[in-house]
Amino acid sequence: DRNVTAYPERAALAGPDPMLAERAPEPEPSGGLIAAANAEASGAGAVYGLGREALPQEIAAWDVDIMPDGSGLPEGSGSVRDGEMLFSQNCAVCHGEFAEGVGNWPPLAGGDGTLADEDPVKTIGSYWPYLSTVWDYVHRSMPYGAAQTLSDDEVYAITAYILYSNFLVESDFVLSDENFTEVEMPNADGFIVDDRPETEYVKWRTEPCMENCKDEVEITMRATILDVTPEDEAEAETTEQAAAEPVEAAAPADEGGDGMQIDMALAEEGEGVFRQCKACHMVGEGAQNRVGPQLNDLIGRPMGGIDGFRYSASMEEMGEEGMVWNEETLAEFLVKPRDYVEGTTMSFNGLRSDEDVAAVIEFLKTHQSD
Amino acid sequence: ATPDPKITELQPWATGFGEGVDATPYGMPIEFEDHVIRRNVEWLTADTISSINFTPIHALDGTITPQGCAFERHHSGAIELRKEDYRLMINGLVDRPLVFSYWDLERLPREQHVYFCECAANSGMEWAGAQLNGAQFTHGMIHNMEYTGVPLRTLLQEAGLEAAGDLEDKWIYVEGHDASSNGRSIPMSKAMDDVLVAFKANGEALRKEHGYPVRLVVPGWEGNMWVKWLRRVEVTDAAVESREETSKYTDVLEDGTARKWTWEMDAKSVITSPSPQAPIQHGPGPLVITGLAWSGHGAITRVDVSKDGGKTWETARLAQPGDPKAVARFYLDTTWEGEELLLQSRAIDETGYVQPTKAQLREVRGLNSIYHNNAIQTWHVKTNGEAENVEVS
Repeated sequence: DRNVTAYPERAALAGPDPMLAERAPEPEPSGGLIAAANAEASGAGAVYGLGREALPQEIAAWDVDIMPDGSGLPEGSGSVRDGEMLFSQNCAVCHGEFAEGVGNWPPLAGGDGTLADEDPVKTIGSYWPYLSTVWDYVHRSMPYGAAQTLSDDEVYAITAYILYSNFLVESDFVLSDENFTEVEMPNADGFIVDDRPETEYVKWRTEPCMENCKDEVEITMRATILDVTPEDEAEAETTEQAAAEPVEAAAPADEGGDGMQIDMALAEEGEGVFRQCKACHMVGEGAQNRVGPQLNDLIGRPMGGIDGFRYSASMEEMGEEGMVWNEETLAEFLVKPRDYVEGTTMSFNGLRSDEDVAAVIEFLKTHQSD
Repeated sequence: ATPDPKITELQPWATGFGEGVDATPYGMPIEFEDHVIRRNVEWLTADTISSINFTPIHALDGTITPQGCAFERHHSGAIELRKEDYRLMINGLVDRPLVFSYWDLERLPREQHVYFCECAANSGMEWAGAQLNGAQFTHGMIHNMEYTGVPLRTLLQEAGLEAAGDLEDKWIYVEGHDASSNGRSIPMSKAMDDVLVAFKANGEALRKEHGYPVRLVVPGWEGNMWVKWLRRVEVTDAAVESREETSKYTDVLEDGTARKWTWEMDAKSVITSPSPQAPIQHGPGPLVITGLAWSGHGAITRVDVSKDGGKTWETARLAQPGDPKAVARFYLDTTWEGEELLLQSRAIDETGYVQPTKAQLREVRGLNSIYHNNAIQTWHVKTNGEAENVEVS
């Protein structure tokens, strides 16, 4: 079909590509002219003349990496105090209020002096050699599930708080592009460049033994004693379940109970959208609370309604005021969780479209028990 | 003896029809093979969005891994990116920063190579001792495919490298379109050597989970550098020291210092059958012992097999001469008398590097390295043909 699709235009002449430029600074008014000049300059030296000139706004949108010497850092600043609040809102669900880590999610603080121990605790404080890496990673990839939604100042503040949680700065510290490189990471000198050629290859590039290589051989350890290997029966069950699902799905009507009508095609779409939620929420048979509460029988559940789950105060208050999850409240919440429940600990930024919202709600409706 | 009814009686498939063409316009494996699937180890990671699963190497033969069961590793999930929405930017210390469309890439001279892609953490759970009972789990973070793509060198030259000056001390930084972006720094010498910007694997488009429509192929080097959904290549004058090359994919030694920039995957091998998930089910007599061997330093030249835990070794047969930085298949056609076996394999590559034992590795690196465990694996085959992951003295 690419024979019938118009060959992409030399977009350099047509202005910035919206796909790249969405997050870029304001395009310069003279962008078109500069671009045209650049387009002319390209070609010189190029062998095939393919590709088009990348515009400054496009490069600015994507080239955000920060080097260990701080180059690439934008102007800005953020305090430990602001960072504490931001961390609590955006990061604590997985990393813990004090950056100590939740469940299998990584701790960001602690571990000082453990690198030579049997089980080293590798955190930002104990292991990361450069602060630039922290800023860069928080800025480009966090919060998990809502990457690139933090402002530069927010990233400075969160970085400052992570330093504070590792006892590397005081509580009144403010991190900025100006004092950034003054911060010393404890393990900055803890790395050596790959030395396998000297320490290993020279030893192991020898003619190996073929006979009488050792006197005795004894089994010293067995994997089955640990019993941590996934069981194949369990795999088979999962497969069977998965195979059985379409049949269930085909059954019309009233699975949601309470006369709730379910659009199964939409619900199936919603299952795809729900992948974004799965990092924190379980739903379906055996679902348990994880970072977020389990979502079975959600429709009709009072807000903050699962005993023992640690909700935000505001979520609990709303529940106490009698508010209940239904299609309407869920729809409002899922568009912009933090606007609907101010101070919610759910760090998710919101679903992208009304269609996604409708689909996820439809999917959740398939997990009502009666 | 009683005649076999499968032979003497008319079977339904011998008289009626099978499926017509078009029953499955894109075919799936026959249902009897539905156990040959990727599997994950749930306790390893917090969720499946940032996680890994394993190639069922115990159930495959040959060297090419079908895409559908080639292991997946995502840091922010497998995204769906249309060719229409795909852009590749080359910027940094280049004469002309460029943006390529997917179709631009198809207009540049292509190459084709078979390479293995191994996660640096493959066998990482086995550092401290035998832990997972199956070749899929101990060695399944590997796949081996035939890639079609454009040398990265071509794209860099198209952007012009005069601005970079002396290339000796220059780097590239590569990142993906997904939310993790998974950025890595690669020395320019490698970028100009054999790195491919690939869009086809095993003849067809890359699968979503392997970076459709375009991924980086970094032959012989750890899988984390094979950036999927490749969106940008920046020429820099230093390593970025990104999260993936500092806090992760660095190897902690016994004294607490860590090695960084450990990119090459050293020579390694594993017997895939018999193995815990592929026990001997046929009783005494002829037995085919088979497995895989690979090296990031070049071609596999020889694989030795031991049945007695490393006391004596015999050289196995390579199905085909090894290709550089690609998986080789070895066979040892032997006889099993029903005795216990302590099966091991040992790979040797064209540089003369001999795959080390666990003891040799631990002596240099201790137990906390996590990454780059290429030690010799032992399977204990019992008299009933079952096999177990063990360690031996």
